[in-house]
Amino acid sequence: MAEETRALQVREETRPAHVERARRVFAPAVDIVETHEDIWVLADMPGVNQDNVEVTLEKNVLTIRGRVQGPTLEGYTLDYAEYEGGDYERTFTLTEDIDREKIEATMKQGVLHLRLPKAGPARVRRIPVKAV
Amino acid sequence: MIEPFVPWREIRRMEREMERMEREMDRLFESFFPRRRRFMEVEFPPMNVWTNEEGAVVTVEVPGVNPEQLEIAVVGDTLTLRGKRLADDLPEGARYQRRERFQGEFARSLQLPFTIDAERVEAQYENGILTITLPRAEADKPKRITVQAA
Repeated sequence: MAEETRALQVREETRPAHVERARRVFAPAVDIVETHEDIWVLADMPGVNQDNVEVTLEKNVLTIRGRVQGPTLEGYTLDYAEYEGGDYERTFTLTEDIDREKIEATMKQGVLHLRLPKAGPARVRRIPVKAV
Repeated sequence: MIEPFVPWREIRRMEREMERMEREMDRLFESFFPRRRRFMEVEFPPMNVWTNEEGAVVTVEVPGVNPEQLEIAVVGDTLTLRGKRLADDLPEGARYQRRERFQGEFARSLQLPFTIDAERVEAQYENGILTITLPRAEADKPKRITVQAA
């Protein structure tokens, strides 16, 4: 695979794996798309609605979290299971400047759409070189 | 006292040791690579099946699929789910850095231990989870037979 500049690194080594209040935490599957202006993160978080999702950016570490209700069905027994209930969490490291004020997050049909606009050239700090 | 060598006991002990190691490995992998799905080879979309005497409820994780793109069919005791999850149109110059989410068409069939009352099947889609209620056909329900005293 050709080497590319990665504007957003997935922190594999810090994938959470803790049982918290007897709930499992899973890393959601993600697609990361880069355009000239933005970085898009799409994360599959079925069962999560707009109110149960949290996106935080601290320094250059981006964390997405989603809480899921259930799954329990009153009066039914779980006979066969291909997926487990649990919350979602995944962490990324940003290597490119992001315009923090303009980050947009929306939940659509259980998919988190996260738009991270790249910081414009105006925001790049120029360091003057002094002539001796 | 020297314990006599009993082959089957030895085998049992080895089995137990193997089971323990297996559990240990599972635990290790779980903690290093927690996956959304435990059974990684599971086809898209993953399903859970809940049952009681009245029928079954199948919950399916199909995030990002337009409900109109889902097709549910019931014949006898079999449920078939078809649909597609297509990639969003990308703007010019866009490129994938990472692609883990399922894309494409899917079709899955599930056989239930009873005949489904197709007329009363209901389906609901919310937050990427499809819930299908499959009532058991009346004719299929067990009948209680009273034993008459002679």
